[in-house]
Amino acid sequence: MNREKEVLKIEHISKGFDQLNVLDDISLTVHEGEIIVIVGPSGCGKSTLLRCLNGLEAVDDGHVYLGEETVNPSVKNITRIRERIGMVFQSYDLFPHKTILENVTLAPMKVQKRKRAEVNEEAKKLLERVGLSAKMSQYPRQLSGGQKQRAAIVRALIMHPEVLLFDEVTAALDPEMVREVLDVMLDLARQNRTMLIVTHEMAFARAIADRVIFLDGGHIVEDSDPGEFFTLPKTDRARKFLNTFTFDTVNKEI
Amino acid sequence: MGFEVLFKGTNFIRLLEGLGVALRISMISVGISIVLGMILGTLMSLKNPVITVLSRIYLEIVHIMPQMVLLFIVFFGFSKVMGINIPAEASAIIVFSFWGTAEMGDLVRGCLISIPMIQYESSYALGMRRSKTYLYVIIPQIIRRLIPLSINLITRMIKTTSLIMMIGIVEVLKAGQQIIEANRRTSPHVAFGVFATVFLLYFLVCWPISQLSKYLEKRWS
Amino acid sequence: MIDTDVITNYIPLFVDGFFLTVKIGWLGILLSFLIGIIASAVLHFKVPVLSAVVKVYVELFRNTPLLVQLFFIYYGLPVLGFHVSAEGCGIVGLGLLGGSYMTETIRSGLDAVPPSQTESAIALGMSRPQVFWMIILPQAFSTSVPALVANVIFLLKETSVFSAISLMDLMFTAKDLIGLYYDTTESLFLLVVFYIIILLPVSIAGTVIEKKARYKIFGS
Repeated sequence: MNREKEVLKIEHISKGFDQLNVLDDISLTVHEGEIIVIVGPSGCGKSTLLRCLNGLEAVDDGHVYLGEETVNPSVKNITRIRERIGMVFQSYDLFPHKTILENVTLAPMKVQKRKRAEVNEEAKKLLERVGLSAKMSQYPRQLSGGQKQRAAIVRALIMHPEVLLFDEVTAALDPEMVREVLDVMLDLARQNRTMLIVTHEMAFARAIADRVIFLDGGHIVEDSDPGEFFTLPKTDRARKFLNTFTFDTVNKEI
Repeated sequence: MGFEVLFKGTNFIRLLEGLGVALRISMISVGISIVLGMILGTLMSLKNPVITVLSRIYLEIVHIMPQMVLLFIVFFGFSKVMGINIPAEASAIIVFSFWGTAEMGDLVRGCLISIPMIQYESSYALGMRRSKTYLYVIIPQIIRRLIPLSINLITRMIKTTSLIMMIGIVEVLKAGQQIIEANRRTSPHVAFGVFATVFLLYFLVCWPISQLSKYLEKRWS
Repeated sequence: MIDTDVITNYIPLFVDGFFLTVKIGWLGILLSFLIGIIASAVLHFKVPVLSAVVKVYVELFRNTPLLVQLFFIYYGLPVLGFHVSAEGCGIVGLGLLGGSYMTETIRSGLDAVPPSQTESAIALGMSRPQVFWMIILPQAFSTSVPALVANVIFLLKETSVFSAISLMDLMFTAKDLIGLYYDTTESLFLLVVFYIIILLPVSIAGTVIEKKARYKIFGS
């Protein structure tokens, strides 16, 4: 583990849809083993930022580098680059026509051309670690939302990505299932994985993050350590944002 | 290319007359099918066991029997077995209505049972009575679904009318064949020109109708 | 009312017609699936020029009767120097008609697969063709099974017009015997029986496959 090693480098990227600037001149460097949590109001560009990082969206300006390689949907080896970046989505998006084990083993076998026996063994180990051994031969529809999301995380992990992107992975879950997914992510943090996490779970963000990025209006408004961000945010906008997660006691009119 | 034959004498008029016959037969059959289909569909949605079994058998017959076979049974079979001679055009209308009623009935039944219970319940919850619920909530939804589907049935009827030449009715295709027979010696390419024209005529009739059906389906769904 | 001797005499004739109908029917259906998969892939990937060609083809063949298509191919095209045998014409005609229906069906199945499926497969490093074959197409097939089965049954029924281009299929046999010997009842009886043999198993199998495909993806 080399905390100085730059895994992902984002240089002055901008991205717009229909004249609306979703990302405006964003720069960010992610080091090995670092866990960055990105927070911000809806529509601030968090998801777009993640999607630019593995080339699901093209940037209008600037560059994204994974190690030495440029990430962009139009580069020729983009599929090779995507193998090295794992991404987990809000809607899990397991493949409904394949069992959980097949979901996990499909990409390593077809994309990385690894041997079935080896992939199966690793898949079983990983599924066991997230508590899904019993579900391996079931189809996604037979699983709860939390179980599906854990399987989706394993599906990304088995590719041995250098960095993991999590796009609001608990946003579609029932409250009682949020915890089991966050626990899996905390476990990954203990293994020193490099992660970029977009989330609305503030307590979780505070616990897991090495750095918190506050994104608003397509800009990085704050880039600080979690203790500082959650207790003494530097900007007014961050303070207002954090206030939306707390409630005052109701004083009833008499 | 054989197209010149169409401009000779009344040839093109004859093709159009044939098309008219095809359209007349399909329109009459669609009309009958819609009326009978609504009745059948409503009956089927009642879930009476006898009606269910009988309608199942009826639908399955229509489902697996080619219209051409049905046409032969009515046109040739009925006269032989029952001694009644049904004219070709009437046979065609009987068969197409027999087929269309089944299709319409199934569509109507499908629409009726596909309206979710919550639509009735939320309407009752607003204080509407049963009659008002049907009038303002249920029936408009059903009609919106049925109209595109019934328009679609029209194009299928029109296309199927090409079969009636096989029982001797002079529709477009048969008229085309007659023109080809009469002009084969003078213009050797006549088959190409005439059949290409018939192909195009069918397309020009059916395409706008199916576009309309598609448009309505999109707009109302 | 039905003369059993006549029936026994006619059965071999109908068996010949039956095999011809089945052969041309299923070869045509196979062709229609091939056309449907290729053409819907063209539409799915929005291939320039070819997409427009596919769209015109689909509209042309969906909005004209098979009988007219067959007459055009069988009697019209030889004038331009394209000679097709009656059997070939039947297979190609049914394949082209069916292809236009299959294209529509498979395309709407492809459209029904959420775009996020494509994205998550791409995010795993899969190439576009891999995503199409392994992720999108199987799901499109599963969701469109009922429509695909309906297409197959529709195409098998359409085979009844082959007699018009003098293919000696079931319909031709029946028509011939009615014309020659006036054994109308027996001929029609056998015609119906053989069409039931062709179509009833497909109809039943279709219902079973529909249930299975539905269960696999939706669980009910």
